[in-house]
Amino acid sequence: MKPFMFAVAGAAALVLSSSALAQERIRLIGSGASFPAPLYLAWFKDLGKKNPNLTVDYQSKGSGAGIQDFLNKTVDFAASDSAMSKEDLAKVPEGVQLLPMTAGEIVLAYNLPGNPKGIRLPREVYSNIFLGKITRWNDARITAANPGVSLPDLPITVVVRADSSGTTAVFSKHLAAINDEFRKTLGEGNTVNWPASDKFIKSPKNDGVTATVRQTPGAIGYIEYAFAKLAKVDYALLQNKAGQYVAAGSGGETLAGVKLPPDMVAWLPDPDGAKAYPITSYTWMIFRKSNADPKKAQAMREMVEYGLTHGQKMADAMGYIPLPATVVDQVRTAAASIK
Amino acid sequence: MRNLSVSDQPAPSLQRTLAGRSLRSALLSGLAWACALIASVPLFSVLYMLITRGGSRLSWEVLSELPPAGFEMGGGFGNALVGTFVMVGIAALIAIPVGILAGIFLAVLGPGSKLATMARFAAKTLTGLPSILAGVFAYALVVLTTGSYSAPAGGVALAVLMVPIVVLTAEEALKMVPKVMKDAAYGMGCTRTQVIWKIVLPTGMPAVLTGVMLAVARAAGETAPLLFTALFSNYWLYQDGSLELMGPTASLAVLIYNFSGMPFDNQIELAWAASLVLVMIVLVINIVSRIIGRPRF
Amino acid sequence: MNKPFAVLPLHDSVCQPPTATQLVVDRGFRGLCHLGVFLILLLVVALVVEIGGKAVPGMQKYGTGFIAGTVWDPNQLQYGILPAIWGTLYSSLLALLIGGFFGVMMAIFLTQDFLPPRLAAVFRTIIELLAAIPSVVYGLWGIFVVIPAIRPLADWLHQTLGWLPFFKSSLSGPGLLPAALVLAIMILPTIAAVSQDALRAVPLKTKQAAYGMGATHWEAILKVMLPTAATGIFGALVLGLGRALGETMALAMLVGNSNQISLSLFSPANTLAALLALNFPEAGPAEVEVLMYASLVLMLITLVVNLVGSSIMLMSQQGAK
Repeated sequence: MKPFMFAVAGAAALVLSSSALAQERIRLIGSGASFPAPLYLAWFKDLGKKNPNLTVDYQSKGSGAGIQDFLNKTVDFAASDSAMSKEDLAKVPEGVQLLPMTAGEIVLAYNLPGNPKGIRLPREVYSNIFLGKITRWNDARITAANPGVSLPDLPITVVVRADSSGTTAVFSKHLAAINDEFRKTLGEGNTVNWPASDKFIKSPKNDGVTATVRQTPGAIGYIEYAFAKLAKVDYALLQNKAGQYVAAGSGGETLAGVKLPPDMVAWLPDPDGAKAYPITSYTWMIFRKSNADPKKAQAMREMVEYGLTHGQKMADAMGYIPLPATVVDQVRTAAASIK
Repeated sequence: MRNLSVSDQPAPSLQRTLAGRSLRSALLSGLAWACALIASVPLFSVLYMLITRGGSRLSWEVLSELPPAGFEMGGGFGNALVGTFVMVGIAALIAIPVGILAGIFLAVLGPGSKLATMARFAAKTLTGLPSILAGVFAYALVVLTTGSYSAPAGGVALAVLMVPIVVLTAEEALKMVPKVMKDAAYGMGCTRTQVIWKIVLPTGMPAVLTGVMLAVARAAGETAPLLFTALFSNYWLYQDGSLELMGPTASLAVLIYNFSGMPFDNQIELAWAASLVLVMIVLVINIVSRIIGRPRF
Repeated sequence: MNKPFAVLPLHDSVCQPPTATQLVVDRGFRGLCHLGVFLILLLVVALVVEIGGKAVPGMQKYGTGFIAGTVWDPNQLQYGILPAIWGTLYSSLLALLIGGFFGVMMAIFLTQDFLPPRLAAVFRTIIELLAAIPSVVYGLWGIFVVIPAIRPLADWLHQTLGWLPFFKSSLSGPGLLPAALVLAIMILPTIAAVSQDALRAVPLKTKQAAYGMGATHWEAILKVMLPTAATGIFGALVLGLGRALGETMALAMLVGNSNQISLSLFSPANTLAALLALNFPEAGPAEVEVLMYASLVLMLITLVVNLVGSSIMLMSQQGAK
């Protein structure tokens, strides 16, 4: 696949008079979604300890960038929260295997003076904040939902993603499902043309949005639950379809009802159920079905198997949702097609 | 004299203006002092932050370990330190020979030629090239052709930024070599190559080295050209007997950029520590180059 | 090779005609030097071809609407960089205003006998070290020091002078003012260094003549030294502007990356270089064309500014002679 790369690596290995082990070592390079990045990085570090001959180098760059790297063949695999578009799928002659590896919830993290916990945001409030229609924290519609909480007279600074992001795709899919105006004016996708307002700030990746929210009084931003949990940022209780206010991190009941189709891509733009958290999504790893190097293909299958077994145990602790057992079986079967 | 004799009144107005003028002068001097002090504040503030926030974290562990994943404690940036040295080294291997050879041409072989005028203009234009465009160039030239983010791609991008600095400083340095010294050598039957190697280069070398080191210092601190040429890596370039030059490569500058945007305190501390190390490297090179390049006579 | 005249070997002299080997080496080495020069020219050509050539499809597709457009929406294939151009120019001019004032003041301070030479050298070193600190470190410093430091002032300005377009919006965090402040610090060394050269080039007798006519220290500086060195100082400002326009990292970290055109100092903005830094890593072929087009625009803007700057410098140097 990359003869030049191997030539250089090989030559270098010879020059450095390395041991015969060097040829056995496999290094997989992946890039993409920042949403599952903390989890993946933990997996790969642990996997490297369990199998010292396998190094997985994952760069969290955003889903869009990951898919682009995958198409440019600069990486062995990619990760994306927005799966992959039909046009992009058509660009890969080797065939593409999408595998959901974990799932997560998107929370609205905020930074308010006095750090009030668990502000309640009704559906039409948070969708209108992201439409730029509700601009102050002491707006009557917010205070009405939060009796007893003193909300400051501060402008709402909305922090959105600067890069092409699967988190944005999932979030905008949800907003489009619950708010007609959002669907008509902004639409859904990896990038959204947010309202032109000086209270919308862009930051790269989940990390950047979380950091900006933390540094900016009066800010609100959408991030994966794990980031809010690990960075200790306050996040809102969101109103679900049944009208209940639900906190993220309450578990995977939402996912259990979903049956994955053969292409392994399913969405939950606005789940039913009284306890269901409203913004939940799978996140996928993307592989080529036929790989030039069988050893790499085997290494990738090994990586997937690790993720399905040991990996799922870590998911819960870090703020992700473990895959339901039926999905694990489905993914294991599908992973066999990576050759 | 005539004035004195005629004036039966003193000249208070003149004195007052003189006093006013002096006062204004004094005020402006105060303003100049204030400006100078204000302009020095950023440097001291940066250094203070680096020393207090970066220095408290600096340790052997930080210099020798791999970067932590998002939530982990500890970790370091050993691989980024190595990556920075490797990529600056690659850039220097490309830029220094080309730059010095071109500098020799501009200063000694054909200073007045049309080619030299064009090259001088080209080098001056290149010094004004935004560093991100060097990255765009290396991305198109190396990353897309080899199909991988790599240390050489980063090296090429840095070399583009180093070359013009080396060329122009080398030319300046070599031009300073007195003509009489060269003439003496020519008179003894030396070829131009011999004059260059035995007279011009040894005499001009300290000043050439200053330029080279300034170029190296600039390259070490550059981030923008590496963002999408070398990318970043969480692993060592050289691990258990295999060298992976053709894979994504970590660098201090990109690590600082990545970690500065993270919400985790551990990463932000590491960003400060990495900044301290980077600034120390750059300042040491700068200071050494000043000592080398100090005029001796 | 025919020799024009015979040279007898002189055993009692160090002077020798070059041997055949030495001549070959000479030719080879000069060839190498030529090659070096050609490589420089080739580099410029390659830069223009790589960036310009890859920008052509984008130019054909989007034309001048690209430069005048205000929407950047890859979903609907709408690309406009006017907000980024505006942000680039506005932040750079703000930085020039601040950095220019301090830079020229600093140059006056260091050249016009305010300080004993030793102390002047200390200040000169401080300014030069400012230039050595990497842009990304300034970005980090900007996030954690500058933004929190200017927040109270920005809030106060917004509350009391909010009717002025410059203070219309409140500061969220990242925005034009913190970006421009850091940018000003980054261009200050360039401006100070080049202005010092210009001021030093003014002949001593000009200054002495001013003192002789009874001018105070500052009258001599403002009415004689500055006008005489004006061209050089102007050149310094233009070169500083050129540096500000192309600066990437500190801006990408501090400017807020929001595509909008606003006069307000506290509103977030975008710049061409930051746009490239953030979008390039994830660009598909369709977007690469567009980004190459934006690169070309950035290259042209900086090129023009730098050319103007260098020709002014050239004029001032010739004037001084």
